[in-house]
Amino acid sequence: MGHSHITNNIRNLRFNRHEMTQQQLADQVGVTRQTIVAIEKGKYSPSLELAFRISRIFNLPLEEVFGYEEGQTSL
Amino acid sequence: MSYQEKKNIVQLISSTVIFAVYCLFVYLRDKDTTLEGEELFRHWGAVILILIPISIVARIVIEIIFIIIHRIATSEKEPSFADELDKLIELKAMRVSYFVFLLGFLLAMGALVLDGQLSAMFIILLLSGFVSEAAGILWKLRLYRRGV
Repeated sequence: MGHSHITNNIRNLRFNRHEMTQQQLADQVGVTRQTIVAIEKGKYSPSLELAFRISRIFNLPLEEVFGYEEGQTSL
Repeated sequence: MSYQEKKNIVQLISSTVIFAVYCLFVYLRDKDTTLEGEELFRHWGAVILILIPISIVARIVIEIIFIIIHRIATSEKEPSFADELDKLIELKAMRVSYFVFLLGFLLAMGALVLDGQLSAMFIILLLSGFVSEAAGILWKLRLYRRGV
C-alpha cells in the first residue's frame, strides 16, 4: 500500500508526445483518468497488460517507461 | 479530490443518514410495544427486510442527485466504467467489510449466550451490517487516497 517500487516516467513521456493529457492517455489504454493519476504518483502499480498497453502508446519498450527500484518512489 | 473519493464520501454520509433515520423511525414506532416469541422474530425479520429495499432506493436517488450536482459544479463527466484499480480497491474493501461483519456476527452470538435476549442479537446484527458497510467505504477512501 502507498508508494510502490515500480517507477515510471509517464508524465514526461506525455508532455513530449504533443502534451498528451491524462484523460487522452486513459482513453487510449482503457482506464479512468484517476488510474493514470495514481500510476504517475506511484500510488498504484499497473497490471502487466496495462503496462504493456501504456508502453505501446509511446512506442517504447516496457523498461523505458517503467522501472523497478528498491525503496524509491516514482520518478 | 477525485470523483471516486467524493462518491465514497457521499455514500458514507447517505448510508449513515438512511440507517439512522430508519432506526429512529422503527424505535419511535415500536418503543411501547412488547413482543414475544414468534411475533418478535417476525418483527425483526420485517425490520431487516424492509431496510434493504429502502436503502437501495434511497441510495440510488442520492447517487443520481450527486451525479447531477457534480456535473453542474465541475463540468467533469463521471467515469462510465470500473477499471482495474477500481475493481482491486472494491475487492480489498469487500474483504474488510466481510471481516467486520463477521466480528459483529460473533458478537451477536456472544450476546445470545451471555444475555439471552433475542432483541440484543438482532440489534447487534443490524448494527454490524451498517458498521461493516461503513468500514468498507472508509477502506476504499483510504486506498484511493494513499494508493494500493
